Parts: sequence; structure tokens; C-alpha cells
Amino acid sequence: MWRDVILIAVKDLRIELRSKVTANQILPFSLVVLIIFAFALDTSPATLQKVAPGLFWVAVLFSAIFSVERATAIESDQNAGDGLLIYGVDPGGIFLGKVLSTFIQLFFLEVVLLAGVVVLYSPKVAGWPLVLLSSLFATLGICGAGVMYSQLASGSKAKQTLLPLLLIPIVSPVLLAGTKAWQDGFSGSGTLGDPWLRLLIIFAVVYLALGTIFYSAILED
Amino acid sequence: MESKGYLWTRRSVGLVSLILVVATVIYGLWITPPDVIQGNLVRLIYVHPPVAWVAYLAYGVTSIASVLYLWKRTRNIKWDLLAASSAEVGVIFTGLTLITGSIWGRPAWGVWWTWDARLTTTALLFVLYLGYLALRRVPADNHRRATRSAIAGLVAFVDVPIVHQSVVWWRTLHQSATVLNSSLSLKIHGVMAWTLLLGFIAFTFVYVWMLMHRYEIATIEQEALDAELEQLLEERQHESEIELAEDVLGDAQVDQPSKVY
Repeated sequence: MWRDVILIAVKDLRIELRSKVTANQILPFSLVVLIIFAFALDTSPATLQKVAPGLFWVAVLFSAIFSVERATAIESDQNAGDGLLIYGVDPGGIFLGKVLSTFIQLFFLEVVLLAGVVVLYSPKVAGWPLVLLSSLFATLGICGAGVMYSQLASGSKAKQTLLPLLLIPIVSPVLLAGTKAWQDGFSGSGTLGDPWLRLLIIFAVVYLALGTIFYSAILED
Repeated sequence: MESKGYLWTRRSVGLVSLILVVATVIYGLWITPPDVIQGNLVRLIYVHPPVAWVAYLAYGVTSIASVLYLWKRTRNIKWDLLAASSAEVGVIFTGLTLITGSIWGRPAWGVWWTWDARLTTTALLFVLYLGYLALRRVPADNHRRATRSAIAGLVAFVDVPIVHQSVVWWRTLHQSATVLNSSLSLKIHGVMAWTLLLGFIAFTFVYVWMLMHRYEIATIEQEALDAELEQLLEERQHESEIELAEDVLGDAQVDQPSKVY
């Protein structure tokens, strides 16, 4: 199964390197979100610094919807997903591979987005380890739940409108915990034993497990 | 489906719920006294917690039915229909929970809505299951739809405690549970407690009655859909038979002149 994970992840990343959908479309979109937030709220540094963590995670969540949608859409073209199953690729491996590939893409997006936050909102970041670790687990959780739900909603013409409705309430704890962990990290008051970080780890583990268990049922249905 | 036993059970449950609801209304509005602090506002307690309880009960039933569908040994389309019916009733009761809570919150807290843990969880629960119902509307064959919905229903249920825990940490303002607090002792007394209990029983009966109705409709819809599909298949088969006959006939007509020569 682990070989399949790497295989699928490398395949998906290669498709991304050739098509550059994340780099050319989703990433600029997330930056646009950062800018319009400043329009919607206020340009005073005090306000923006205060809400920076929340805005960052909302922007990531919106981008993630496109990313996971794309991750499953590439398999529905010409029934490529059925092809993978016929070749004997492990369904759990497909799931984890797709999670890994979207995770890597989203993490790159987050790095650029964080740079954008630092430049545009100029917050002070005191505790980098907590910020980094919470981002890792939050992204894993979003990708795990996202890939699973994207596959659940796939094959329907209403997918693009259905997926946000399904996914956003499910990952709302990640948004909340990610924001809080970042606030603790920014202020330097949080340690690595931060309860929000623990919640993010639990969420990631639960959704990776659920996805691995159920993905074959979702694919073969 | 339309067995006599089911019909009579449903009607009896309906009658019992009607009587119990009327009794709750009478007790809640006239017989129980107004609260010392809250005054007449306290009367919402006979509706709001029971309605919230029914919402959770309904989602519990949806999850159990989903598991029973996913488990191969007990797999039956009936579980899928039951899960769907219960979720639909659950969404209605979650909506009622939010509405009755707002009606109470406005005079008690001074606002229609507050970002308290339990309120936020309930609101998320509402959209979570709206999503579940939306997923069910995606056209697919029976087994496909049932499997997807069962997984979505189950995952939504697993998400509830995580959502709840996260918003509890986020903020808490709601009063702690009145009846089932940690020491399990009743904080309210006498006729008020009994009326609250009556409310719980009455709304549970209403739930069962609504569920039975919804389940019946779901079964009939399913039967109609299957029958329609069968009819379409038959028609198609009939058409192809005619086409075949025409082809054979056409060949014969073409053949004839050649025989003359």
C-alpha cells in the first residue's frame, strides 16, 4: 500500500507540474482573498494584525476546496479512477496518495500565503514552532476530509456547489483550532502542548483513518 | 409496505403524540407556575430541550441505520431509506431548536443569537445535515447513493463531538444541563419537572410518528422509481423487438425481387 501512496502522489504532483493549476490559478486566488479581506475589514494595522490568523485559515480553506476538487477531478476524466482500481492499486493507497499530493501543494501555497500575510498585515510572530506544527496537522486534516468528501460528491453535476456545503462544516473545527493555535503562536503564549494543536492532531488522525477505511467503498460504489 | 399492522401502529402513535402534545401545552401554559426569576419565559423549557433531544435522537438513528447499511450482513435498502427519513426529521427539529432557542435568548440574553458553544454546535449540525440531504439528492443508482449517504452520515456523526469540543473551548456561556448534570440530581422540582418529562415523551412520540410517515413516503417513492425503471426497460425491449421484426421484414422484401430474376 505504501508503494501505491508514493506512486499516486508522484503521479498527481507530476500532473500539477505540467498543468500548473495550483500555481497559476489557486495560489493567485488565495492572494486575492487576502487583499479583499483588507478591503472588507479595515486597513488599520491593529485590526489586520488581530484577525490575520483567522483570515489566513479562511483563505487556505477556500483554496483547499479547489485543490481537493481538482485532486479527484483528474481521476474522473475518461474513468481514470476505474483504471487505477483495475490495475490493482490499493484504494487506501489512492486516498493517502491524493492526500499527500494535495498536502504538498497546499503547504507550498501556505508558505507563499504566510509571506503575503506578513507583508500585507505585518503581524509579529513570536512562536514559530507552534505555527509550523499546527499548520502541518491542520493541512493534513483539511486534505484528509477534503479528498474523502470530494470523492463522495464526485460524479455529480452539482459537485462544485455541493462540495463547499459538505466540506466547510466538517472542517470547521480545523479552522477554529488552526486560528487559535496561530494566535497562541503569534503572541508567543502557546507551547507545543497547546490544546488546539492536540485537537488538530486528533482531527487529522481521525479523518486519515476514516478516509483509508471508507475510500474503497466510495470508489467501488 | 401498506400492511395493516404498520398502518395501525402509525395511527396509534399519531393519536398518542397528539394527546401528549395537548397535555404538554395545557401543563406548560396553564398548570405550571411562572419562574421566580424568568417569569413566563420559563415555559419554553417544556419545548426547547425536548426538541433538541429529538434532533440528537434522529441523528443517532441515522447513524445506526447507516452502519447497518454499510455492514454487508445487514445491508438492505430499507436502512438507507430509514437513515434518510430520520435525517430529514432531524434537520427540522434542529431548525426548531435554533428557532425556540432564539425566541428564548432574545428576552433572556437580550440578543437573538450569541456565539455560545452549544448554539454554535447546533448551527453547524444544522448545515452538516443539510449537506447530507443535499448529497442524497445527487442522482445515482440505489446502491451508489445509499453507500455514499451512509458514509457521509456516519462521518458527520463522528464530526459532532470534535465540533462540539472545539466550540466549547472557543467559548461557553450556555447554562449547564439542567436535568442531567454530573450529580444526576434534579435542579427543578415538582410539577415543572414532570411537565418537562412530559414534553420529552411527547416530542419523542411526535418524532416516531413523523419518522414512520416519512419512511412510508420514502418506500413508496422508491417503489415508484423502480417500477418506472422497469417499465422503461420493457418499452425499450419492445422497441428493439419491433426494430428487429422490421429488419427481418425489410430483408425479405428486398430479397423477393432477386428471386424473380
